[in-house]
Amino acid sequence: MIYDWLTEFTGSEIIAAFIQGWLPLLFFILPFVLVAVLAERKVSAHMQDRLGPMRVGYHGILQTIADLIKLLQKEDIIASANDKKLFNFAPVLVFVGSYAAFAAIPFSGAFIGSQIELGLLYIVAVTGLVVAGILMAGWASNNKYSLLGAMRAAAQIISYEIPTLLIILTVIMITGTVNLYTLSEMQTSYFWNWMIFGGPEFGLQKFLLIPLMMMGFLVIFISMLAEVNRTPFDIPEAESELVSGFHTEYSGMKFAMFFLAEYANMFAVSAIIAVLFFGGFQSPFGYLGNSLGWEWLVPFEQFFWFTVKGLFFIFVQMWLRWTLPRFRVDQLMAFCWKYMIPFAFVILIIAGLITVL
Amino acid sequence: MALKTEEMILNMGPQHPSTHGVLRLELQLEGEIISNVIPHIGYLHRCFEKHAEAMTYPQVIPYTDRMDYLAAMYNEFGYVLAVERLMGIEVPERVEYIRVIMGELQRIASHLVALGTYGADIGAFTPFLYCFRDREKILHLFEITCGARLLYNYIWIGGVSQDLHPDFIRLTRDFIKEFRPNIKELNDLLSYNQIFIDRTANVAALSKETAINYGITGPNLRASGVKWDLRKNDSYSIYDRFDYEIPVGSGERGKTGDCWDRYIIRVREMEESLKIIEQAIEQIPGGDVTSAIPKRVKPPAGQIYTRVENPRGELGYFIISDGSLNPYRIKVRAPSFVNLSVMGELCKGWMVADVVAILGSIDIVLGEIDR
Amino acid sequence: MINYLQRFWGGLLTILIGMRVTFKHMFVPAVTIQYPTVKPELPERERNRLYVNMDDCIGCDQCSRACPVSCIDIETVKSIPGEDLGKTSNGKKKALWVIKFDIDIAKCCYCELCVFPCPTDCIYMTDVYEFSEFERSSFIYDFVTLTQEEIKDKKKNFAEMQAKKDAEKAAAAKKSTAGGAEEKAAKKDEPEIKSDSEKEKE
Repeated sequence: MIYDWLTEFTGSEIIAAFIQGWLPLLFFILPFVLVAVLAERKVSAHMQDRLGPMRVGYHGILQTIADLIKLLQKEDIIASANDKKLFNFAPVLVFVGSYAAFAAIPFSGAFIGSQIELGLLYIVAVTGLVVAGILMAGWASNNKYSLLGAMRAAAQIISYEIPTLLIILTVIMITGTVNLYTLSEMQTSYFWNWMIFGGPEFGLQKFLLIPLMMMGFLVIFISMLAEVNRTPFDIPEAESELVSGFHTEYSGMKFAMFFLAEYANMFAVSAIIAVLFFGGFQSPFGYLGNSLGWEWLVPFEQFFWFTVKGLFFIFVQMWLRWTLPRFRVDQLMAFCWKYMIPFAFVILIIAGLITVL
Repeated sequence: MALKTEEMILNMGPQHPSTHGVLRLELQLEGEIISNVIPHIGYLHRCFEKHAEAMTYPQVIPYTDRMDYLAAMYNEFGYVLAVERLMGIEVPERVEYIRVIMGELQRIASHLVALGTYGADIGAFTPFLYCFRDREKILHLFEITCGARLLYNYIWIGGVSQDLHPDFIRLTRDFIKEFRPNIKELNDLLSYNQIFIDRTANVAALSKETAINYGITGPNLRASGVKWDLRKNDSYSIYDRFDYEIPVGSGERGKTGDCWDRYIIRVREMEESLKIIEQAIEQIPGGDVTSAIPKRVKPPAGQIYTRVENPRGELGYFIISDGSLNPYRIKVRAPSFVNLSVMGELCKGWMVADVVAILGSIDIVLGEIDR
Repeated sequence: MINYLQRFWGGLLTILIGMRVTFKHMFVPAVTIQYPTVKPELPERERNRLYVNMDDCIGCDQCSRACPVSCIDIETVKSIPGEDLGKTSNGKKKALWVIKFDIDIAKCCYCELCVFPCPTDCIYMTDVYEFSEFERSSFIYDFVTLTQEEIKDKKKNFAEMQAKKDAEKAAAAKKSTAGGAEEKAAKKDEPEIKSDSEKEKE
């Protein structure tokens, strides 16, 4: 709907599309990332019985801005033996890979970046760019530990894409659509219509699917944790026992881009899980706007619910980070190939059988 | 045609977040697998033994504090026991009880550091802070008694420097009450966590024979299945009056003597120390703590070797006295020095990522190794 | 197969138990304090910067001898008879002028060994722990309360008295060894000495 309004306003479809593409980025994601960095520090602090940033602004609210200013004014160091083109391009790729996924995610009933019929496949494809970016960063750093870290990160992300895809396939099979917007629209009205509770159609299929959907949610949540390089899968970024991984050699704004991309990725992943299993922007129990008669309130409410669900999953990701120790690399891979993928396959096959019969 | 492979040498340099102090580990790798680990020490050498020859006997006590700075009470305890045995001094009952209480509290504090930093090495950042929060309470107890949190100069030859603070017993009881549930919380959070177990169980198992051959003592030896604790086997002070167990590793989650065993033995030792402290607080008599402190410490000529059970192992003091006010020679047998020697043997065949886990489980303090 | 599933299920359960612990801790109030605005309450036996109350110091050098790192530097000079230096707070009469009492607080290892031997309890450890300086030389704390003039004065007095005593001793030695022949010479000396002491009384 915003797209139509913009076309009217500017009179040209191309400009409208352009502006619409920028909207989620500027007005939602960037402010969100600023908040997320602070939230991570505060959440971790409260879990550890301490207070976190308290001095910059009231209870530390302006801390991220201070960090950003600090990173902006740092010297951009490029060692002479680095491959300059790749070195400069790597953060761009990682950033783009994470942010471009937001084009196909429905933020509310009235707003979706772009109505792609193949929404889910587009998202999976674009987040694959991140792997290329990481490998470039590791290679161009001219540092054997960075290269090691980058290769491990690449292996991790590529391996964990498989269970993700399998579960996405399951949901696609059940609902019959790849477009995230229609997926969200399908899970209307009440929370028992959400995919995690078996989907909108009432019947035997719904009840049979519930345990499968729950398992599927677990599998996809763990796999997406691995995709974002969060603990317990944070070998690439935490001191990979030797140095700081593939972004050791980056300083200043380029490092900030890696950092921002990570948080944006976290949100993208939470948003995808929310859309797939928890009803996207739908509210769990009807709309205030509808019951009060104010139609214009509904898109805002939907936006609110979408944000709440996304934030909840981000909180769970942070919670996990501060509770669990790290996996070792070979254990990580073993976990993926021996546990996640068989489970995902089994879920796919059983769900397929249930849907067909 | 066979491939020519070269051995790669990787240096985990003196400055590293995961080596506990300034330790340089030279790893000889074949691909990702370690073939040998050579520790290089000496970055923290402060000439303690030479320095002690120029001090009088009471003046050496602040220096002994600074060897194993995480377990300072026990260093003083060992030294003071040695000198007292040389001089033939009998200390009052109250002093013995105070020394045991302080020693066991120090054992808990030291193990908390070991467990917290081990968790942080493996990647769990939260237990580190929980352990240090509990350690703060113990350090507060020390602070109200002698004024210092880490390096005390409290246990003197012939007694202790000052009597316990009037609030000490009450605060210790409060601490024990608060600490028991915290151990359970630590177990919930870290010890029985499947990921932690995967990282540490079955890794670098140390067999009984190897441990005894290398001279390993302390929790590392007990984790390998040998029931040897100097507090029971070669009892000193009044440890024979208390009722406590010696936890021994039994391969609960893997092989006997692996990293998980070494870790869980330390957790169980903390529980046993709590028992000792409880009993000591009930039994402590009154009396004067400074009555047996000699005016001038002049041991007769002779030599003595005394050993105590440091939180890290067997801490031994060999003192040669020539009858004057200054010791002729003090030699310290530091447990971490001997425990570190088994690194090469333990790490063979494991990956680089495991070196940190193995080093953390041995629990070394560089101050003790280098003196 | 059962083992496989058990392992997965066991892992999941322990992770959930761990998560419950951290979640509960989110609602526990913080144990940290905001340092420069809120300072911790220190116990009474706290052992931080040294302080010397010079009114009570009798210059016995016990603290300097007890210090393991030799950070206390004391120099005293005997007072001449007849001078009143006052009493310490526990009634001892002071007999030495302390002309130098330097403590290099950067060398001090805060072991408290100097506090125990002091007979008048004039050296003790306070609870001041924020005493950073910009220069290393500002770490040498000088505790004497005499001015430079007074110090020179005391030293001169002592030197004079010492010289006088030496002269007396020399004269007494001459007298005793020379026997009667020098009695007259000594008698000649004595009036000179008397006149000197008379001068002093003036």
